Amino acid sequence: MAAVMPVPAASRVLMSGNEAVARAVWEAGVKVAAAYPGTPSTEMLEVISSYPDLYAEWSVNEKVSLEVAIGAAYAGSRSFCCMKHVGMNVASDALMTLTLTGVIGGLVIAIADDVGLSSSQNEQDSRYWGRFAHVPVLEPADSQEAYAMTLYAYELSEKFQVPVILRMTTRINHVKSLVTVGERNEFVGAGFKKEPARFVMVPGNAGKRIPLMFARDIKLRELAESAELNFIEEGSDKRVGFIASGPAYMHVKESFPNAPVLKLGFSWPVPFEKCRELAAMVDQVVIVEEVEPLVETELKAQGLNVIGKEILPLQGELSPNVLKPAIARLLGEPVTETTALAPMQVFPRPPTMCVACPHLGVYYTLSQVRNLNISGDIGCYTLGAGHPWNALDTCVSMGASMGVALGMDKGRGEADKDKRIVAVIGDSTFLHMGMQGLLDMVYNKGNVTVLLLDNRAVGMTGGQNNPGNGYGIHGEDAPRVDFAKLVSALGVKDERIHVVNPYELPVLFKTIREEVKVPEVSVIITDQPCVLVKDYHKLKPFEVIDDKCTGCGNCIDVGCPAIHVTRRGKEVKPSGREVDLAFVRIETSVCTGCGLCVQPCAPKAIVHHVQTSPIQLVTKGGCAA
Amino acid sequence: MSDNTNILVVGIGGQGVMTATEILAEAAIALGHDAKKTEVAGMAQRGGVVSSHLRFGKRVLSPQITPGTADVLLGFESAEAMRWQHMLKPGGITLMNTARLVPPVVELGLFDYPEDPLAEIRKSGNKVVAFDATTIAQNLGDIRLGNTVMLGAIADHLPFGAEVLLDCVLKRFQRKGEKLVELNRRAFAAGRAAVGEAAAALA
Repeated sequence: MAAVMPVPAASRVLMSGNEAVARAVWEAGVKVAAAYPGTPSTEMLEVISSYPDLYAEWSVNEKVSLEVAIGAAYAGSRSFCCMKHVGMNVASDALMTLTLTGVIGGLVIAIADDVGLSSSQNEQDSRYWGRFAHVPVLEPADSQEAYAMTLYAYELSEKFQVPVILRMTTRINHVKSLVTVGERNEFVGAGFKKEPARFVMVPGNAGKRIPLMFARDIKLRELAESAELNFIEEGSDKRVGFIASGPAYMHVKESFPNAPVLKLGFSWPVPFEKCRELAAMVDQVVIVEEVEPLVETELKAQGLNVIGKEILPLQGELSPNVLKPAIARLLGEPVTETTALAPMQVFPRPPTMCVACPHLGVYYTLSQVRNLNISGDIGCYTLGAGHPWNALDTCVSMGASMGVALGMDKGRGEADKDKRIVAVIGDSTFLHMGMQGLLDMVYNKGNVTVLLLDNRAVGMTGGQNNPGNGYGIHGEDAPRVDFAKLVSALGVKDERIHVVNPYELPVLFKTIREEVKVPEVSVIITDQPCVLVKDYHKLKPFEVIDDKCTGCGNCIDVGCPAIHVTRRGKEVKPSGREVDLAFVRIETSVCTGCGLCVQPCAPKAIVHHVQTSPIQLVTKGGCAA
Repeated sequence: MSDNTNILVVGIGGQGVMTATEILAEAAIALGHDAKKTEVAGMAQRGGVVSSHLRFGKRVLSPQITPGTADVLLGFESAEAMRWQHMLKPGGITLMNTARLVPPVVELGLFDYPEDPLAEIRKSGNKVVAFDATTIAQNLGDIRLGNTVMLGAIADHLPFGAEVLLDCVLKRFQRKGEKLVELNRRAFAAGRAAVGEAAAALA
């Protein structure tokens, strides 16, 4: 993002949680911020990069981003790192030792849990990391809190020389609400001091740091007991008192305005005495937390008689329409029937690949080649698992397509002996965690055909730049990795490396079909950009000559959303077999002329569109609201 | 809280649903309300379902609109307007664009697009006003004016005057020149008029 003028202090602005954290990072005088994109965390670093006076980078993966932040914090500067929940799994190796060394300058790690799986391969509760790594966890309930807690986290981090986790969820990251912003404060770092007993974590040194970590836990718990972020709100209806954190707090207040509530903003270490204080005020205590019963389990271990996941779901978001009936049942009250209609039955509308997406050519081709087991990965191309292609058979974690493909090859049983193993991975995912898997595959002599889909962007998260596209975080020129040379250096034979244009279906088809027959590692690199990035150039749109369309439906199998059925029919083949026909048109206003649908059209019914409509001639300039 | 106004804006990824909701939020804030805006968007950039929730009032706690509590449903697409009917409160109203955006799963013959979403909504007993925002925008010379037409459509169904909303819409185009401001002013008025006429015809 290009630099913008920050809004003045004391302004009250509508901000997402991500924007609020970014503002606070800038105000806190952070010098280094690093991240790998991932929904719902992406906009934090995107917005940070638009502020002046700091260094921001897209790192190749979350572990590297945390390590960059660690280095800056060791150097005495304030640093920031953010990631989605699964990113923390990748970064955790660094975290587990960082907790022993601690920091000099403040280090805040914002982790965005995709509660409800809007765009993730699993659901996780990142509050575990606080317990696992013995670092404090703060949980905002709206954008204003996300802003204020980020500022507080830097003070906390420096006071205890400990990294601090800011645990957010989709419903904090992406919800926009009002935030009153403040002034920026310059933070002058102390500079790096050589202190091997602290910063060189060999067994002899690390062992001496562990007791310090445990002592820190005790001090942090004392602070949590008195911290302003943990407070009790009294209420007149004392039948049930609630302990809640994050967005769940808002749902509790919305649903039970008269109930006593202990709000946990500083949620680990859990302030046990505060919890006992609430318990003494009410008949029953219900813990309302998304996702895992963490506070609940710890309070039960303390001997407190509390209720939690016995009556609330372990999965997904909580909301007033989950909480109200659960509490009514607990109290033995009738559950108020909702006045809402039953939802009407409407077809599903799953996410699709974009019009003219270069992946369409790849998946159309894969869907036409028989006998493949296809190990997939994480990105837009995961959509290849859906209709009409059904050409992706596994998706586990970032970069997993490589190792899983090798395992499918080495572990193949009699039933799969004639199957060809294909791995599909995007450029950014390959650089994130796929390179090591390919190296492993080559070294261990796998029989896998790798499709490396280089679309020159982190597509799914909005087209961020990466080392594969030659642009830095601000769009400036940056060194660009040469994928063919890279895979060659990893040991793939040069005759097994092919760079192909995914819009040239015959070449792609021939290359894939030949390479899957070769019993060693091949890499086929596709080289056309994502249609949403600036390097993509639109071409003249196509249209269908209605008289020529035979209704064969081959073009529909490409899966481009610009192709629409105008009418359906049936035809009896000479063999007596009845086939369905679907006659089509192309939405020329969105077609960008990639030509993929033209290639499987036998009657040559798809031709360049002749512009006649005045709608095509309007001025450019982003009229859309 | 019960004094909140709940506006649900629905459509598909890429239609501008989230921006429209943001402009509505800006109008509410300009009038001194507290406001929260949230989406259930998923991977909406890829043509999926988007439902954007706006709640405003003296103080807003939970950002989500729960089923049966939306005051107004602004539908950018017919089937999507139908999909979210259960979110409306009794007596709530749907303002819907009659556009039909057919997804690949329907083109592939795996599912059917509802024959007449408007009739289905009427049959449910919910109040609904339908208009063709896409054609209105085309007639004004640019299909991208559709979003402003949609905002004009909701202007007389808010607990505040249309002028504030219009100001917030036009503010977005100020830097882009007087011509665009004027076009959007006309689009807003056209959306307002379309809903007014359709509602009058029903009454």
